[in-house]
Amino acid sequence: MVQTKSKRIPLTGDQAVATAMKQIDPDVVAVYPITPQTEIVMYFANYVANGQVSTEMIPVESEHSAMSACVGASAAGARTMTATSANGLALMWEIVYIAASLRLPIVMPVVNRALSGPINIHCDHSDTMGARDSGWIQIYCESGQEVYENTILAVRIAEHKDILLPIMICQDGFITSHAVEGIELLEDKLVKEFVGEYKPAHSLLDVENPVTYGPLDLQDYYFEHKRQQSESMKGVLKILPELFKEFEKTFGTKYDFIDTYKLEDAEVAIVALSSTAGTARGVIDELRAEGVKAGLLRPRFFRPFPREKIIQALKNVKVVGVLDRCESFSAEGGPLYTEIKAALYDSDIKPLVTNYIYGLGGRDVFPEDIKKVYSDLGAALKNKKVSNPINYLGSRE
Amino acid sequence: MAEKKKSWKEIPIGGLILEAGNAREYKTGGWRTFRPEKNDKKCTNCLICWMYCPDSSIKVEDGKMAGFDYDHCKGCGICAQVCPVKCIDMKKE
Repeated sequence: MVQTKSKRIPLTGDQAVATAMKQIDPDVVAVYPITPQTEIVMYFANYVANGQVSTEMIPVESEHSAMSACVGASAAGARTMTATSANGLALMWEIVYIAASLRLPIVMPVVNRALSGPINIHCDHSDTMGARDSGWIQIYCESGQEVYENTILAVRIAEHKDILLPIMICQDGFITSHAVEGIELLEDKLVKEFVGEYKPAHSLLDVENPVTYGPLDLQDYYFEHKRQQSESMKGVLKILPELFKEFEKTFGTKYDFIDTYKLEDAEVAIVALSSTAGTARGVIDELRAEGVKAGLLRPRFFRPFPREKIIQALKNVKVVGVLDRCESFSAEGGPLYTEIKAALYDSDIKPLVTNYIYGLGGRDVFPEDIKKVYSDLGAALKNKKVSNPINYLGSRE
Repeated sequence: MAEKKKSWKEIPIGGLILEAGNAREYKTGGWRTFRPEKNDKKCTNCLICWMYCPDSSIKVEDGKMAGFDYDHCKGCGICAQVCPVKCIDMKKE
């Protein structure tokens, strides 16, 4: 393996992101602080004030302005980053879609937090799940190490000439953003080489080659531009394996669209995003010791949705419990559940699938909760049917 | 006459327009409900219509008002309104 990482350094998930941003040294960061993303802004502002980065930092008056400034900066040809959470993302909303449709490779760490109301500052995925149709790539990270490395990887994903889409790197508010973890840092020099210099194809500041961003686009061509976005998002699934390989070769960590744990021979499996997967791993070890064939599938990418990988990973599983840290109020379960089910419809496998809405507003999910899920899945395996398609794990009845 | 429109593979991404000064390629004359017509006998070639036209659709040749660019005139009627001798009439298309 390539020996490029430092000793373990105690950092929070937010500090890890700020460190990645320092190493990336973007041209422009336009950002507004919001809990639990605030630490990212705070540490990065220190780097700017101390001259440790050459970034033009724009402390804006709102998230709507933050994303607007990012759009302008990125269209001008600057490598551009911001960061947000929950209501901040909601306030950006209009411009989030514009960033994607103008094909601007803005990199945005998002610290997942419940959307108001009632007002709540703790973790769930209602913020970024709401943005799942905005045309941004979305990565969900389990740990501080993963969010750190993926922030660096994200720059190359977004700016890839055949992708050119903005990207969110999501981590769980407070759970990973504020928990101190031993994080191995990558060498400054290698990060600099890996991200390289951003060379935009069309820059507003290139006066020799004038270009118009954001003109009116009506019935005759709007649809074709949406089609381009759609094809580009699909292309991510084809392009990234090469980038994953390059990242592994450079830094030693192997990433993929999904992550699995003891899934090969599992009969019952949980599908969960982000930090909950860590809790599930511990429970799986305990259950395995008791002879239960339990496994885990953790999609790392939700956009694009890695359908083929997911079907392949679940091919031997009999009962699947999909955990959604988000309620989509569709009366049909959470967003991860409906997409997993949709993916399975076109496949050759037909496991039983059940949904658990959990952890809303930062409600803790304990190993006992995960055990309850596996126990339900075990019962469904025995009875050959699920008792409840949609469950509310950890909500008082 | 509809020109052959390009596919999603043939156009710049994101709705970008890669060259300057191409608004003339977009024919807005089809938007017109009333067309301006000039009474040559009354026209004094003062060119106030040319100054006011928001779509640069007043043609000028040798310093004289030489008619309208109907490919781009939207029929707004400003020329008829500002003409000091009232030599421009707006006629329904």
